[in-house]
Amino acid sequence: MSIGTPTPLAVVQESIPNADKRRRGAKAIRIRGARPGFWAYATLAVVFISAVFPLYWSFVIGSGDATTLRQPFAWIPGGNFLDNASSVVGNPAVNFWPALWNSIYSSFLIAASVVITSTLAGWAFAKLKFLGGPALLVFVVATMAVPQQLGVVPLYILFSELGWTGQIGAIIIPALTSAFGVFWMTQYLRQSVPDELIEAARVDGASMIRTFWTVGVTAARPAAAMLFLFTFVGSWNNFFWPFIVLDRQNPTLPVALSLLQSNYFVDYSIVLAGVVLATIPLLLLFIFAGKQLVSGIMQGAVKG
Amino acid sequence: MTLTDTRRGERSSATPDGRPPRVLSFSQRLSRWDLKISPYLYISPFFIMFAVVGLFPIAYTAVISFMDWDLVRNSGEFIGFDQYVWILTQPHFWTALRNTFSIFLLSSIPQLILAIFIAAVLDRNIRAKTFWRMSVLIPFVVAPVAVGLIFNAMFADQSGLINSWLSVVGLGPVPWHVEPFWSHVAIATMVNYRWMGYNALILLAAMQAVNRDFYEAATVDGAGPIRQFFSITLPSLKPTLIFVIITSTIGGLQIFDEPRMFDQFGRGGAGQQWLTITLYLYDIGWGQWNFGRAAAMAWILFIIILGIGLINLLITRNLVRDEGLRSETSKQQRREQAKAAKKNVKEAGR
Repeated sequence: MSIGTPTPLAVVQESIPNADKRRRGAKAIRIRGARPGFWAYATLAVVFISAVFPLYWSFVIGSGDATTLRQPFAWIPGGNFLDNASSVVGNPAVNFWPALWNSIYSSFLIAASVVITSTLAGWAFAKLKFLGGPALLVFVVATMAVPQQLGVVPLYILFSELGWTGQIGAIIIPALTSAFGVFWMTQYLRQSVPDELIEAARVDGASMIRTFWTVGVTAARPAAAMLFLFTFVGSWNNFFWPFIVLDRQNPTLPVALSLLQSNYFVDYSIVLAGVVLATIPLLLLFIFAGKQLVSGIMQGAVKG
Repeated sequence: MTLTDTRRGERSSATPDGRPPRVLSFSQRLSRWDLKISPYLYISPFFIMFAVVGLFPIAYTAVISFMDWDLVRNSGEFIGFDQYVWILTQPHFWTALRNTFSIFLLSSIPQLILAIFIAAVLDRNIRAKTFWRMSVLIPFVVAPVAVGLIFNAMFADQSGLINSWLSVVGLGPVPWHVEPFWSHVAIATMVNYRWMGYNALILLAAMQAVNRDFYEAATVDGAGPIRQFFSITLPSLKPTLIFVIITSTIGGLQIFDEPRMFDQFGRGGAGQQWLTITLYLYDIGWGQWNFGRAAAMAWILFIIILGIGLINLLITRNLVRDEGLRSETSKQQRREQAKAAKKNVKEAGR
């Protein structure tokens, strides 16, 4: 049968013996087809509660006073959240607003740069033939296994020579490119752009950069959006390197948060109010872009 | 200018039949160079950055690790393997190694089992799919430092929520910050909280790629849901499982944020109960300001990760080969045979 021949559905059904009976078979429906019963939802509800509870509980404690922590069943938020939050924000040791601003713009710059450089490199690896291309791609993937700790000592020395320790640039510069990003875009572009499209553009006389711009960037958009989200979340939450290289006057949000757990703050209601405050921005991002984040993880897994 | 002229002259004289030589127009030549050079231009940002902030520091770490680094002069004196010997003879190092592996095992094993379980539930035809998938992922966006602070308050020895609940149930308080094992359990809980949903979604993606016909055939063969899970779902997940195991090994051996936040001093506890390798590296480098030793420590960590990675790879190879030789083909053949036999029986009965 040639590929184009349409197959009438009825014929296919008849060619399978007892197709209807099998489809209606009780077991098949119970196992895959129909809606699952109570236990599936009960399980998911437990998972949901255990995902949300620590956040809710930290809000309960953060909106109470110093005694709330000692009550084993404190479920209802108190009225002190704004007071507690303002004592975090107002504390000169934490530098909350500079930290928030540092986190926002450093994560944004890093994510934007990773998306641009990864799309360019991914396009070259996926769609352009060049000497050494495959070997270089293997090299990129191999670098993903190298732990971050292997470079921190010389990087610290380098940045202190430059006088950049304590500067936010010291966390932006090393993160401007990402091996994962290159790998991600390569995989995506390889599958989503047919070679004929590029050939057609070349025949029409488009330069390489124009082909990249019109064909590559257009095709890469969904993957680029996901890469942006992942990189943004990752760099927002990054702690080890910023903790080493930034000083306490000019922190990012996680570094500022880590300062909450010190001898200045023994009152957990204030500490957890700070945690809630610092978690809100990413939770907002999650509400708007969580769907994309989920589909990004699902997609990456299929290909990776 | 003159160079171009002579070249053209040479070429035209070299053409035997007197035809004018094929001269590329400027735009054609440009296009050719474009074709050749562009790929390298596109990948160059990554490689330049990697050379500066990746490759150079790695190589330099190796150099520093053989030195007694002087912070004031910011240079070092070559002393060979002394730093490595020093670290390997530290009891703290071995404690940190034990703690790291203990936390890693306590987090990855339950996490993997639960993630598979959650993925299997999500894989069924549930209502509000997107809602449940998103809810599973919420912890992933919470910063590890924030997770550390929240769980540290929950696991507080005196006033913590968990111990209060335990006392309500009638169990004694657990010394979360005193006993090594319990501190590892608490830290592993933080890791599990953050990564379980993420891994569940990766496994869910792999589950959805499994051909649904297998399940139908298995149902016809009379296999129940549990049998189907172990005979179809789990074997199909093998490559993804290995991916998840390798990435969580690499991440788990580098664990820093959660143990750092587990008390207000961040040094792994009074008796190094939850001192991990990276925490120890930080302490040597930026607590004791000894960069030579910290660099040696970094290389030791890398070698450990590499070793575990190779072991993982060997196991992977064996598993995959196993699948190819024994189960996959023969199972499929058996299934087809079973189908054919059933068809025969049914046709005969008609």
